[in-house]
Amino acid sequence: MARNKEALLLLIDVSPSMHNLLTEVERVCSMLIEKKLIYSKSDEVGVILFGTDETNNDLTKEVGGYEHIVVLQQIKVVDEDTIETLQKLPRGTSPGDFLDAIVVGMDMLIKKFGPTNKGKKRLCLLTSAQYRIKEPYEGTKEDQIDMISAQMNANGMKLECIIVRGKLTGDANRRIMDENDLLLNRFSKKSCAKTIYVESPTSLLGAIRTRNISPVTIFRGDLELSPRMKIKVWVYKKTSEERFPRLKKYSDKAPPTDRFATHEVKVDYEYRRVDDPSKVVPPEQRIKGYRYGPQVIPISSAEWDAVKFKPERSVKLLGFTDSSNILRHYYMRDVNIFIAEPGNTRAILAVSALARAMQDMNKVAILRCVWRHGQGNVVVGVLTPNVSHRDNIPDSFYFNVLPFAEDIREFQFPSFKYLPSSCQPNAQQQKAADSLVKMLDLGSPGKEVLQPDLTPNPILERFYCFLELKSKQPDATVPLLDNTLKLITEPDPELLSQNKSFIDEFSKQFELMENIKIKKSSRRLWREKPSGSNEGEGAGDVSDAQAVESTKNESAVKVDKIGDLTPVQDFEAMMSRRDSTEWVNKAIKDMKNIIFDLVENSYEGDTYQKAVECLIAFRKGCILEQEPKQFNDFLRHLCKFCRKKDLSSFCEFLTSKQITLITKTEAVDSDATEEEARSFLVKSEPTFL
Amino acid sequence: MIFFQERVATKELVVYLIDASPKMFSPAGKLENQEEESYFHTVVSCISQSLKTLIINRSYDEVAICFFNTREKKNMQDLNGVFVFNVAERECLDKPTARLIKEFSHIEEQFMGEIGSQYQIIPGNRENSLYNAIWVAQGLLRKGSAKTVDKRILLFTNEDDPFGSVSGAAKIDMTRTTLQRAKDAQDLGISIELLPLNRSDEEFNVALFYADLLGLDGDNLTQFMPVAGEKIWSLRRLDDMKDQLRKRMFKKRKVRRITFSVADSISIELNTFALIRPTLPGAITWLDSITNVPLEIQNSFICADTGALLQGHTKRFHPYKNKNIKFSVEELLEVKRVSTGHLRLLGFKPLSCLKDYYNLKPSTFLFPSDKEIIGSTRIFIALHRSMLRLQRFAVAFYGSSSHPQMVALIAQDEISNSSGQVEPPGMHMIYLPYSDDIRKIEEVHMNVDSVAPRATDDQIQKATALLKRLDLKDFSVYQFANPSLQRHYAVLEALALDEDEMPDIKDETLPDEEGMARPKIVNALEEFKVSVYGENYDEDYMEISVSEASKKRKDIVENAVKECANYNWADLADNGKLKDLTVVELKYYLTAHNLPVTGKKEALINRILTHLGK
Repeated sequence: MARNKEALLLLIDVSPSMHNLLTEVERVCSMLIEKKLIYSKSDEVGVILFGTDETNNDLTKEVGGYEHIVVLQQIKVVDEDTIETLQKLPRGTSPGDFLDAIVVGMDMLIKKFGPTNKGKKRLCLLTSAQYRIKEPYEGTKEDQIDMISAQMNANGMKLECIIVRGKLTGDANRRIMDENDLLLNRFSKKSCAKTIYVESPTSLLGAIRTRNISPVTIFRGDLELSPRMKIKVWVYKKTSEERFPRLKKYSDKAPPTDRFATHEVKVDYEYRRVDDPSKVVPPEQRIKGYRYGPQVIPISSAEWDAVKFKPERSVKLLGFTDSSNILRHYYMRDVNIFIAEPGNTRAILAVSALARAMQDMNKVAILRCVWRHGQGNVVVGVLTPNVSHRDNIPDSFYFNVLPFAEDIREFQFPSFKYLPSSCQPNAQQQKAADSLVKMLDLGSPGKEVLQPDLTPNPILERFYCFLELKSKQPDATVPLLDNTLKLITEPDPELLSQNKSFIDEFSKQFELMENIKIKKSSRRLWREKPSGSNEGEGAGDVSDAQAVESTKNESAVKVDKIGDLTPVQDFEAMMSRRDSTEWVNKAIKDMKNIIFDLVENSYEGDTYQKAVECLIAFRKGCILEQEPKQFNDFLRHLCKFCRKKDLSSFCEFLTSKQITLITKTEAVDSDATEEEARSFLVKSEPTFL
Repeated sequence: MIFFQERVATKELVVYLIDASPKMFSPAGKLENQEEESYFHTVVSCISQSLKTLIINRSYDEVAICFFNTREKKNMQDLNGVFVFNVAERECLDKPTARLIKEFSHIEEQFMGEIGSQYQIIPGNRENSLYNAIWVAQGLLRKGSAKTVDKRILLFTNEDDPFGSVSGAAKIDMTRTTLQRAKDAQDLGISIELLPLNRSDEEFNVALFYADLLGLDGDNLTQFMPVAGEKIWSLRRLDDMKDQLRKRMFKKRKVRRITFSVADSISIELNTFALIRPTLPGAITWLDSITNVPLEIQNSFICADTGALLQGHTKRFHPYKNKNIKFSVEELLEVKRVSTGHLRLLGFKPLSCLKDYYNLKPSTFLFPSDKEIIGSTRIFIALHRSMLRLQRFAVAFYGSSSHPQMVALIAQDEISNSSGQVEPPGMHMIYLPYSDDIRKIEEVHMNVDSVAPRATDDQIQKATALLKRLDLKDFSVYQFANPSLQRHYAVLEALALDEDEMPDIKDETLPDEEGMARPKIVNALEEFKVSVYGENYDEDYMEISVSEASKKRKDIVENAVKECANYNWADLADNGKLKDLTVVELKYYLTAHNLPVTGKKEALINRILTHLGK
């Protein structure tokens, strides 16, 4: 098997206690397969369900027992069918026995691979572990687990248990759950297993590593405490950003009949002289120049190599210091981890002793590192202890890069205590802030919501979901962010409603005011804020309030065109986009078309109500953006059109809704006086009555 | 660093206006190393340092250096007592060059001879050198519109009462005209900033004259000195004064303004600042090696299938399931658009939840502003205090359009020392990783059947003793200059000035070997070593390293030499038969001749041919 290839068996609990979570399970498993299809195409995957109504597995045929376990898919190289299979998991009605499922999975892996592929076989158990597991025929459950562990170790299998707990379990039997927890934890002690407890659907999506990256050391060698005392260490990356995939440019120039077309785009670079762009300079005639102030200093690579900074590859200790000397915001980059050389007991002991001493004394170590030979710079960073809480994992250190003097900008800011009293909160306001900070709680260690280790990247989730969708339906639109992922980008509505009184109190205590001196163009910022429930402010024109309010909540995505379904909301959202001034013009243009269509295509006035709603929103938008001419011209045009096309009933409808031109008092630039506005529709009435 | 790009900062035009009166040449005090230096020297060294910083930050700022109270005069308006300093190949107001920095830092040597110091404002003399100086500075700043550039005059002086020596109507007149001159300059969008130097015998009293010139009153006066109140005026230590000057010479620039939505009905206004960002050696500019003219890179996109030149292509694709799945650029933007608004509060957690490995890139500093939404500062301060007191941080979602991310907001209390503010009050925004970004390295080398070794209490005690011995008491991240960057610019400076000798840069990041060799430290190290490694570690260690790594390598080479002898390489090369050999066979030759064995087969063959001299 290739170095990175793995065989994975998913053991999925579909018993009743899991039903409310199976959508997320389907999601995370499909995502796993989607990523495998891209990044590790030769991985093999099998799926076992337990807690099903039926029974279908080899062991039950061979030795009997092992009921309610179905092998949904045998172990095979990943393909798109697997996604289909995982996207519609059946809901079972029987209590699931996770231990039986593990045995069935283990049996499958042994039959397929035997003792080969050590360390590349993985069982992934997804369960709520809420039902009592069967008593074994002989010995205790503990004995059984020890036997299974021994078997797994002998065959080099890994086990990953994802256990759903917390709010998600409902009224389950505490005693059974505790017993099951003990049993599952026994696996972590006896074998290559880990257990993750998941308390929310969001963390379930983040609990399974969907992409396997085999870790590579960035340094192996000595951590030099002094020239005479060294510790053998390996350094890995602990965090490293998984980037948004880089998509290639697509060329559609190839004829559609060309089946072998790559559709790729090549980039051609040409170097031309700034003073004479017609001259192309060949690559060998180029020389590197570095800027020094206004000057550019030419220097050849060979010359540069001779004079540049060439530190020696080494990792040296500079000393220890109080952890309070290193503030958290100094950390510059992604994080590394220092582990003692695996298998080297003395190194492990040395790291362990230092880590524990540092932890006890609240100290950190400062290091100077040059990871590679020929590296042109040094890195100064801080080593913090990572004392292990599991018996079979050695202690280690985290390493964070610190800034150099040149990297710091020492801007001076006013002290809060010297700010004018208008900026200082009073005792009551402080109390309201205190309770907000206390009550809007995302938990404590161990019981944490949105823990980074269990929080998936919503953008990547969305991209891969879209990719899968597009592979089936090339013209699919971008899927909306569902409620599970929204919990990452927006506050949890449940948390907000639980603490409504504290939030209301906070809102009541503090008053925000728009600075009226600022020009309107820069005021968009303010208007964008959701202001539906602010009591302190006058909510503007009443007839417009509903139009404004309706856009507040569901605008998770920015709108770039106005649809027929919710034109008012789309228009409002588009008008408030600040990423380009073009959106306002586009919104106005689209809105005009929509209103026109609505009026023109109405049958006995069935769309008039909607058209008027649009017109109200449009009018309000034009006042806010100070574009009265856009509205007034349109309204005049619309009325003229209606009269011509025998749609005068719409004009009457407008009159009854009292929609008029935008007046000078509403927008300075308007060409319509109060009087003209008032009489605009009235005067047309006699003609058509 | 690929993942963040700073906005191109707006340009700044700065005139350093330096008082050169005899008073400035009196000793200012002693440095920590007991060397005495004059006020003038202090100012010159601070300015030199900030000019170098401008170079390193690759800023487009332009500077001019102007002395007043001089004997000689040199300025466009031909006013007495004002001398504009400049070097060859440079406008008076221009980007700093290597020559300017070099000559300016050595100016004291010829100052008395060539420029001279002379106090101008004396009874009976109608000259007003301060007035002249501001006028000259204003003249220098004539270029560029005040809308697109920041114009600043930085005034360095140790005289708090410039018209103290004159009296009566003359004094009133001079004061009035000077204030008017300053006001005219300010009306043109030029800001005048004072960098006062404290005299050892008395404190610099801004109220005497300069408060009026700068237009300070009440609240502004405290705002003017952001550091703890009036403390600045009584900075006794020269080092502190230098520190303060250095910090104040740079203007703070915000990255952008954002809204922070605390609750549905409450959004406040914040400014973001990049206080910590890696400074990298400047990018390469390609030049024509014959003429040294800069080159422009022009890239054209070509269809790989047809060779046609492409323009305005908006489609992207990603291979998936043996198909090319196409996306429009708009769709990709839409995928990244997961949040409205800028920064949304999600909740709070205790600080102990913020692990050391939750980090991806440098943090961003947040400071409130009442410019558009009045009341923002008050809410910010209230939350800031609560978070500090309750030891909690906020979790929020930062919805930038290019890179939306979950962030932690940590409240930072103000920290000041004798030289002023060290850490400003505000919040630091830490970019949090997602589960996709965190690697479970600890579990990679998990020990299945055995328990991992743990240090004993005695070993931990020995480590503790070592920690105490090797303590860096006043460690600060400000203490190390980046040796690579210093070297880079020192070399460039030498080349720019056509100097023959390459400068030697001290690497401050190397461990203090002398200190490490102190007997007490050596003892502590030795005790720790014996306690964790046992007595005979060094011998065992040598054995292991010889027996394993190098022995294996030696075996490989020996084997390769043996195998290599079985082929007639020259013959194979001549007949073009090398390509018939396997990669393993080719590698025998390479290993035996100590050549790199990496690359494709073709590369290996080429390497052999080169080595054979074919």
